[in-house]
Amino acid sequence: MTTYIVRRTLMAIPLLFIITIISFIMMQMAPGDPTALMMDPMIKQENLVAYKEAYGLNDNVIVQYVRWLGNMVTGNFGESLIRQGVPVSALIVARLPNTLILMLVSSIIAFLISIPLGVISATKRNSLTDYSITFVSFLGIATPNFWIGLVLIMFLSVHMGWFPTGGVSTLGEPFSIWDRIHHLILPAFVLATADMAGLTRYSRSSMLDVLRQDYIRTAKANGFRNKTVIFKHGLRNGLIPIITILGLMLPSFIGGSVIIESIFAWPGIGLLFVEAAFQRDYPVIMAVVVIAAALVVIGNLIADILYAMFDPRIEY
Amino acid sequence: MTTKGIAPMGNDPIFIDESQNYIHEPIGKVMLRKYMKNKLAVIGAVLLIVIIGCAVFAPIIAPADPSKQVLVDKLSPPGEKYVLGADNLGRDTLSRLLYGARVSLLVGFVSVAGSIFIGTVIGAVAGYYGGKLDAVLMRFVDAVISFPSLFLLITLVTIFEPSLMTLIGVFAIFGWTGTARLVRGEFLSLRSAEFVLAARTLGIRNVRIIFSHILPNAMGPIIVSATLGIGGVILGEAALSYLGLGIQPPTPSWGNMLQSAQNPQIMLGAWWYPLFPGFMILITVLAFNFVGDGLRDAFDPKISE
Repeated sequence: MTTYIVRRTLMAIPLLFIITIISFIMMQMAPGDPTALMMDPMIKQENLVAYKEAYGLNDNVIVQYVRWLGNMVTGNFGESLIRQGVPVSALIVARLPNTLILMLVSSIIAFLISIPLGVISATKRNSLTDYSITFVSFLGIATPNFWIGLVLIMFLSVHMGWFPTGGVSTLGEPFSIWDRIHHLILPAFVLATADMAGLTRYSRSSMLDVLRQDYIRTAKANGFRNKTVIFKHGLRNGLIPIITILGLMLPSFIGGSVIIESIFAWPGIGLLFVEAAFQRDYPVIMAVVVIAAALVVIGNLIADILYAMFDPRIEY
Repeated sequence: MTTKGIAPMGNDPIFIDESQNYIHEPIGKVMLRKYMKNKLAVIGAVLLIVIIGCAVFAPIIAPADPSKQVLVDKLSPPGEKYVLGADNLGRDTLSRLLYGARVSLLVGFVSVAGSIFIGTVIGAVAGYYGGKLDAVLMRFVDAVISFPSLFLLITLVTIFEPSLMTLIGVFAIFGWTGTARLVRGEFLSLRSAEFVLAARTLGIRNVRIIFSHILPNAMGPIIVSATLGIGGVILGEAALSYLGLGIQPPTPSWGNMLQSAQNPQIMLGAWWYPLFPGFMILITVLAFNFVGDGLRDAFDPKISE
């Protein structure tokens, strides 16, 4: 087991390397150089040269890459071009908790809704219920979730006034848990819809696989109640493959947060990224991209390790 | 000479019942029949034909110029004058939807053609040659897949400035990884097949074996993934345009129509407006998914009729 964890972790390292190289190449493709954005256009030529020298912009590309990588590993992502003097890491640290709360709550919502639906679908296979759930999942896969968000804001927030239209809390009000939850419900639900359909389909097929096993028939033959068989014998085993799906869901969750945070003005990493994109604030853009990709790699790593831990049949 | 069982040994001609087992049916016909059995796939195909028709004939069908602003008619509800209403600048929603279909489908088809090409070449090379080349190419694919796609798309769009060409290019450059994995898998299992061995023994060059011997056998899954890929690109394009980083107004696209729906005027006064572009995206993506599923069954020889 330990050897497997170590080997699997080592495999992730070259991947992270390639990710940083791709990101660095993209940054190099950006038009103009940073001095053009940072400096007074009337600057004297010799001062400009001195600045470039001081920031290492005259060095060889490979030297620049190694320096950038070294800085990044120590948590130094440079400074924002737009908000001058503010380190990118400070911007990210300030926004990260909001994104993590949103992702955590919406993954809980996605699981709480999808897994029971998948189980119902599998146990009542080929019934009207099963077909309806399958049909709605198909619709869910094809529906852009920002559209769901927009329509919900329009009806539930603007017309009915049940929910706030955006933000994490009511401005000017003292902190209250209820206020936070009230702001969180809609964005978390809409972000969850992105993966609910896929998750429902997946838990359905996983349950179907399990319910076909001999031990389920044995349990039934032994006279256990249907509920006990499905939930105790079936679901526990059916859930194992779903762990891997957690890892696969991560990219769409992080990607989805960009859109959802924009619609709901949720001040997380995604909104920071979109703001930076509009302002061409490349250090912030690159930092968020690298962190997002690294999170995906780490998420997959954790999912693989958990899978190996939960499934005793797998030997490494 | 009345022994039973050897009667046909004589000079009697042997009749082969040709009507039963020896019908040669073209593969296309078999596939079409399998496809037509899948009702959802047929519905999907019909929807697609209608949507593509609308896009192609948009200038003829559209009741108005999609960019013409009639400010006195702004936020008109659906009715006689404007079948699907007018937006906050008094532009006809139906016409904008029809022209928007052109943008969505154009981006979808062209960029998927590009990404399928890149993915097929890389996957074929990796799968056919195997070894170190395969390992390096596949690690690269793993790395590209690790980037949440929306982040990559937005970054590249900010670098190259959003335009139709940029969008197509960006989706092509980053959409190929799935195809590459798929084609590699097909090639890995086909490269040791007997017909490939035969071709090698005959001294046929590798490039030719890859493209004219193995590739035709891997076409089924490639076409399926292309069909599903177009749906994905349409969703991605809508998301980018919605954020304001895709197709720029006044060119209508379903995504940027939804962006203008965030306008408080529309939110308060024209609740029907955001429903139409979203519905078009939903129907189009659904149609591509149904067609993709139908094609998957039709191409799969293991699925009997």
